[in-house]
Amino acid sequence: MSKAHVTTTINGDVVEYLCEPDQSMLEVLRDNLELTGTKEGCATGDCGACSVSLDGRLVCSCLVLGVEAEGKQIETIEGIADGSELHPIQQKFLENAALQCGICTPGFIVATKALLAKNPDPTEEEARYFLAGNLCRCTGYDKIIRAVLDAAAEMRGAAS
Amino acid sequence: MSTNKDYKWVGTSPIRPDGADKVTGKAAFGADKNLPGMLHGKILRSPYGHAKIKSIDTSAAESAPGVLAVMTSKDLPDLASEMGEAGESAVDFRDLSQNILAAGKVLYHGHAVAAVAATSPKLAKQALKLIKVEYEELPVVLEIEDAMADDAPILHENQFTPGGSQDKPSNIAGKMKLPRGDIEKGFAEADVIVEREFTTPTVHQGYIEPHAVTASMSASGHADVWCCTQGAFVVRAMTAKVLNMDVGKVKVTPSEIGGGFGAKTTVYLEPIAVKLSEMSGRPVKMVMDREEVLRATGPTSASVIKIKLGATNDGKLVAAEGTLKYGAGAYKGSPMGPGCMCVFASYEIPNFVVRGFDVVLNKPKVAAYRAPGAPMAAFAMESVMNEMAGKLDLDPIDFRLENAVKEGSVAAYGPKFPAIGFVETLKAAKEHPHYSAPLGKNQGRGVGTGFWFNIGMQSSATLNVNESGSVTLITGSADIGGSRASMALFAAEELGIDYDLITPLVSNTEEAGYCDVTGGSRTTFATGMAVVKASKNLVANMKKRAAKTWGVEVDEVLWQDGQAVPPFSSGKNPMSMAEIAASAAKTGGPLTASASLTAQGAGAGFGVHICDVEVDPETGKTDVIRYTAIQDAGKAIHPAYVEGQYQGGAAQGIGWALNEEYVYNDKGVLQNFGFLDYRMPVANDLPMIDTVIVEVPNPAHPYGVRGVGETPIVPPLAAVAEAVNNAAGVRITDLPISPPRLLAEIDAK
Amino acid sequence: MESVQYHAPQSLEEAVPLLKQARQTPSRILAGGTDLLIQMRAGVKSPEMLIDIKKIPETTGFEIGADEIRLGAAVPSAVMDESPELHQQLPGVVEGMELIGSTQVQGRATPGGNLCNASPAGDGAPAMIASSGQCVVFGPNGVRTIPVEEVCTAPGRTSLADDEFIQEFRFPTPKAGQADAYLRFIPRNEMDIAVVGVAANITVDAGGICTAAKVTLGAVGPTVVIATEVAELLVGTKLDDATLEKAAEIASGLGSPISDKRGTAEFRHRIAGVLTRRVIKIAATRAGERL
Repeated sequence: MSKAHVTTTINGDVVEYLCEPDQSMLEVLRDNLELTGTKEGCATGDCGACSVSLDGRLVCSCLVLGVEAEGKQIETIEGIADGSELHPIQQKFLENAALQCGICTPGFIVATKALLAKNPDPTEEEARYFLAGNLCRCTGYDKIIRAVLDAAAEMRGAAS
Repeated sequence: MSTNKDYKWVGTSPIRPDGADKVTGKAAFGADKNLPGMLHGKILRSPYGHAKIKSIDTSAAESAPGVLAVMTSKDLPDLASEMGEAGESAVDFRDLSQNILAAGKVLYHGHAVAAVAATSPKLAKQALKLIKVEYEELPVVLEIEDAMADDAPILHENQFTPGGSQDKPSNIAGKMKLPRGDIEKGFAEADVIVEREFTTPTVHQGYIEPHAVTASMSASGHADVWCCTQGAFVVRAMTAKVLNMDVGKVKVTPSEIGGGFGAKTTVYLEPIAVKLSEMSGRPVKMVMDREEVLRATGPTSASVIKIKLGATNDGKLVAAEGTLKYGAGAYKGSPMGPGCMCVFASYEIPNFVVRGFDVVLNKPKVAAYRAPGAPMAAFAMESVMNEMAGKLDLDPIDFRLENAVKEGSVAAYGPKFPAIGFVETLKAAKEHPHYSAPLGKNQGRGVGTGFWFNIGMQSSATLNVNESGSVTLITGSADIGGSRASMALFAAEELGIDYDLITPLVSNTEEAGYCDVTGGSRTTFATGMAVVKASKNLVANMKKRAAKTWGVEVDEVLWQDGQAVPPFSSGKNPMSMAEIAASAAKTGGPLTASASLTAQGAGAGFGVHICDVEVDPETGKTDVIRYTAIQDAGKAIHPAYVEGQYQGGAAQGIGWALNEEYVYNDKGVLQNFGFLDYRMPVANDLPMIDTVIVEVPNPAHPYGVRGVGETPIVPPLAAVAEAVNNAAGVRITDLPISPPRLLAEIDAK
Repeated sequence: MESVQYHAPQSLEEAVPLLKQARQTPSRILAGGTDLLIQMRAGVKSPEMLIDIKKIPETTGFEIGADEIRLGAAVPSAVMDESPELHQQLPGVVEGMELIGSTQVQGRATPGGNLCNASPAGDGAPAMIASSGQCVVFGPNGVRTIPVEEVCTAPGRTSLADDEFIQEFRFPTPKAGQADAYLRFIPRNEMDIAVVGVAANITVDAGGICTAAKVTLGAVGPTVVIATEVAELLVGTKLDDATLEKAAEIASGLGSPISDKRGTAEFRHRIAGVLTRRVIKIAATRAGERL
């Protein structure tokens, strides 16, 4: 069978692509669309490096087929900043030294955005539970959790 | 010493220069490099843990759709056994080549046998299925002591134990002995003797980024290699060696690196990608999947370690004996040597002997992992120290203070220690509120300490001053955890200009001066030293330019706050770096400065960790509920990233202690080849990890720096185990302390 | 392997011809895909056709009625977890689903998929069985209804025909004094596959006497074990400590667990007992609160 034609919206842009029906959304993003900010750490849904938002729902893009994106809204790490202005979550990750190697960072930031949309004032425990699907091997999570809580506080402040 | 000086930049924690690209997804990691016309390479791997390769037929694969090249070990030059540098340890290039593509025999499940390049990853995978390999299965040996037995299946018919029989091949590839004093006399003086045997499992570094490379061979015979590595120059050296090329014909450009922890100091894919590119005339990209990473890249050694320790009733160590057996995987070269050198390095012990064994097994060849060899040695020694403290009814930190090495102590591995911070670190731990905080039911506390040598090795740095006075800083040291920031801080401090005016780059092997790997906790120490030296050279040059402009003697010019300051008598105004740069064309041309060095005097690092756990006595599950890491950094250049090293090392050590292990079946097939069942700590497995940075300056470094990256993984194994011992009333000697194992221990008590 | 065909029928009617085709073409039903996509990538499953059921309205909603709760087979566990009503009515079923994988996985994982993956360690099934769930199975000839426990027949195998899929689950709406709960044991705090999972559905009367009970054990056998002996023991008691101890002891002896990378058989037996005691307590407390 030939490739499937998919029309979807990625980071606000209407995007059309052709993909094999068994290609994952992660492969489509990285290989077909050159959106390489979304990372592959395992391709089995166990590390969260490929986290994206699909119709507002946090998912591992390795566990979604490219064809399933038809008519949906996808947000990736490339869509988090407002132009050249960093999102408060990105800024707080930098200020808190919450990345060492940086490979897990895009997934963490996408996941954190989903967390704070759902729960603007998470406790440390809630943040750790929500982000348990994002593996980081460098930081021991301490500075990541601090950045998340710091970003939450900043975003609540900006919202009030 | 410099540490008390009032620095403007050193000791601050600004945002890293590469940070914005890493939080927006722009940073290019190993798998992010694509080239026009690129092929995709895939590897066929052994389905057996140990087998003879009787034949390989690649003809069907060669004619499969989309396939442009197929290779086996026959396409690699046959190398003689020859030892060479591999990051911070040594490697036999023949072993390296045969690990990259098996020749004659496969030695572990997942061992690479053949490789294919095709127009898509899918076609490459399909072609692998068409390669026919005829194997003759051989018995596997997976456990260290089984491999050492006389009747063990032999991995290498041409490997003989040094000092042993040269007729009968053996799996014992190396031995080591470190003696001091008279242990019989020492143990005779002891009032209390503790003797125990410990085991630790094979564990993986667990970096989130799988190995990846894109290579392009030019018709001129030049290879261009992009890959994620801790050391572009070591990739260059190894790739050139394995392919019998001149290093000058191989250019390696390091991508951003998604974690390495020592493991990305060797090569698996790079020579294959270059060869496939040569065979096909097209660029070739190869990316491992997670299963390949766990099955076929270097984990670190499993170990069996016996410690016998003697002390007097007043808490003085008088004798120690250690036997350290490390599994190397398929080829010689476990970190048994550093393990032996570390095991007693933290204490003054008048009489000891350490014996080490390097043992090959049907598992992947080990690679460096953060303080290679030290964590298992410390697990054993520190566990015995904790037990001994209990028997002597001494506080475990006081007991260590009584015996701790200090400036002037002769290290167990030979040299005399210069200024070191073990005593200061122990005292900081004892004074930390965590150490005396109350504990609840089923909770326990443990301490563990750790030592690591740290290394110097070779580094280079180049500073190019832009016409605006800003600076481009080029090194060849991979930035694995924020080292660009530290390099920029050194340069800002030395030059007296703003951190933001410095753009630090990690460049390729043709544009940067030689740098050894980012490993051995050496980058901030050694490459930092090169940056300081290059900055001093640059300042000297800029003073010369200013002197020329003013018509004064150069030694009359001072350098202050980023300005050349003229002698008062000249009546001239100071010249900023921007002004000197702007007039450079008239004063002698572009302003550049370089420095290269072999850094000497890497200061030893000592850490003390305090761990609290809570154990569920009905299930054997352990939760770490509080954790504090205290370590001597010499001088913390970027304190936030120093803390990050302490926290990250602690987390890896906690994982090693509690849940991480390679589980094999009896055929040598790894059962837990994904992150689902290779259980590294997740965010809600850990508490916040408190840190204390102790600063006892390293006299050999201009800013007092000691390496900080590796020491933090050394103390946790014993600290966690002791906390569990105290919470559950057991005595753990085998890792990991997984729930089934702990429940069995609780039952047995 | 040639490329896979992908179809996403918009209705049950549209699914019929595809299901008929599935009789000849090796096919898989795609719900959340969190198991299937991994199996396809690993080459464990190589379907030639995927039928995505997520666009069929009957599979994606849930509805709480006075007598019956209807739960679409393709409702993501994250959606279940976000429903206070589902938590109120079937806390154990929700617990089973929201323990699967990470937040990301929960955004996709579905009860129908979890059940039909037929893993002995699946977290969804024990509570669905304890709470007397029924499956509405759709095929070209219409629907049939079977109890959840009749779906999985062996690891990786179900009783569904090639041309069938689970459209929805139906649970009796719990009565006053009735509640369920699910507990599992994993070595980490998140992300792992259950070493053992135990569900209980308990009914108590105003005097605290257990009047009905169903207890199920996951990961101690090829399919979920229904601990009838435990349930029989509980009924008529006040679920006192001695009874729960006895229940734990019985549960420890049930099933035929294996030793593998996740735990030994002996460990699984032990933990089955511990979790049985704990989960009955939780379910009973909840039941008492619903009087």
